Amino acid sequence: MIKQTIFAAVSAALTASTAIAGGHCAAGKTLTDGKLTVATGNPAYFPWVLDDAPESGNGFEAAVVYAVAEEMGFAAADVAWVRSSFDEAIQPGAKNFDFNIQQYSITPERDEIVDFSAPYFTAPMAVLVGPGAVDTKATMEALKGLQWGASGSHTSVQKLMNDILPTKDLLLYGDNADINAAISANQIDAALFDLPTALFLSAVMIEGSKVIGQFAADESQGGDQFGMLLEDGNPLKVCIDDALAEMTSNGTLAAIEATWLQDTTGVPLIK
Amino acid sequence: MSDSKAAGKTRRELFEQRQRRRSTAIAATSTLLFLLAVIIFVPMTPGWEKVQKSFFNGAVLAKTFPKLIEAFKLNIMIFLWSAPLIAILGLLVALARDAKSPALFPLKILSAAFTDVFRGVPVILTVYLIGFGIPGLGLPRPWNSPYIWGSLALILTYSAYVAEIFRAGIDSVHPSQRSAALSLGLSERQVMRDIVLPQAVRNVVPSQMNMLIALQKDVSLLSFIGPVEIFRQAGVYKSLMANFTPYVGAAIIFLVVTIPATRYADFLLARQSRQRS
Repeated sequence: MIKQTIFAAVSAALTASTAIAGGHCAAGKTLTDGKLTVATGNPAYFPWVLDDAPESGNGFEAAVVYAVAEEMGFAAADVAWVRSSFDEAIQPGAKNFDFNIQQYSITPERDEIVDFSAPYFTAPMAVLVGPGAVDTKATMEALKGLQWGASGSHTSVQKLMNDILPTKDLLLYGDNADINAAISANQIDAALFDLPTALFLSAVMIEGSKVIGQFAADESQGGDQFGMLLEDGNPLKVCIDDALAEMTSNGTLAAIEATWLQDTTGVPLIK
Repeated sequence: MSDSKAAGKTRRELFEQRQRRRSTAIAATSTLLFLLAVIIFVPMTPGWEKVQKSFFNGAVLAKTFPKLIEAFKLNIMIFLWSAPLIAILGLLVALARDAKSPALFPLKILSAAFTDVFRGVPVILTVYLIGFGIPGLGLPRPWNSPYIWGSLALILTYSAYVAEIFRAGIDSVHPSQRSAALSLGLSERQVMRDIVLPQAVRNVVPSQMNMLIALQKDVSLLSFIGPVEIFRQAGVYKSLMANFTPYVGAAIIFLVVTIPATRYADFLLARQSRQRS
């Protein structure tokens, strides 16, 4: 038994090293040969990355990165992390990362400037309401009348302006911490997040808040598929897409999701 | 004599005219060469196509510009209600700092502390602390509005600067005028109101114009606590389209407003220095 395990480990190690030496898909396509440089947000948020420590592999996105790296033939030790803001990632010019993962929704406009991998997660948008509005019904009609807030760099702004059409002026913020402050100060009733973020904020961050509903994932097209961001024309994209396809078909991706993301079945759909 | 007048110019004037023409020609040529170099060489750089696509994208600009102008109205509104309050509070603080009566000493200390604190803290921190902090105390709507408290943060910060400028203006009025007015039997109050302030305020108008221009730009800092003014609106488009062109559009709108204002301030300053010389 032990022998078998050792054999498996050794052969795995061998295949991994030969994979790179023998012209694996990712060979020669990364910034530093033999290393995979991955960027994430500063700070990186729960439940995507736990404790702002992606190198631990804990958290959904961190786990996906290590699984993708393994699939492409990189050892865990060969994954190097850097931090970047959204702006840094979409600037034209050379990048300091092979790919960037921080819940980038894939949109056609963004795709013109940068490249995206195949989606690794489909997140429905969810409505988080503050303590003053927990009794709001999960209907479009009821949602219209709320004082809305959202993150200015999130695709939820589009959803709000195109579908929900609130009657009061929208307030927009720089990041989730500011939205949190605005809800706590009762300046806004509700905010739109991706479902896992909303569940986390309501459970841990904002006292008395509640996730009252989610939008059907297919209804808001495009905005909710998370992809890894790459420099326009990066040849590594093909390798990542292959790795993700493999992980989808063999169930790895679903297993990671089940490990790190909360069960979301309890949240009602908004009609 | 009348002949040379009719001929128009002295030899010296002719010489100076030639000199001027020559330097104009040189300036024009060098500007032209510079522009040509920019127009020819910048597009030859390897990254130009990408830079153009994400910073100077005509289609994106056309799509976002009307909304940006719409959002800019909010900037103007915040500016319009903040500016008069800043002028009033700034003047009051300046007067408090200049108070001569010993009984008003606490006021003097307070106003000095006020200017020290609000000039020393970055505007954005003040906006955050007041914009989220005070409403967090549990004020009911609409009194917890970020518009109110954000504006207050701007008003406090800017009145600290404006107060210092007013104080410099008050100090610039020669003490002999005070003495003269007092000896004529005017009260301290009358001296300040009728003799010192009218001159002080006139003296500092150009400097205060610069504060107005700075305020006009800093109104955008309110976007951090919620209001969707032009900077935030441009940021939303930037995120949705992964394109920085909306920021360039916002910059254009700002320039259209600030360049005339800056020129006017320069003109006032030049006129003032002419009058004084």
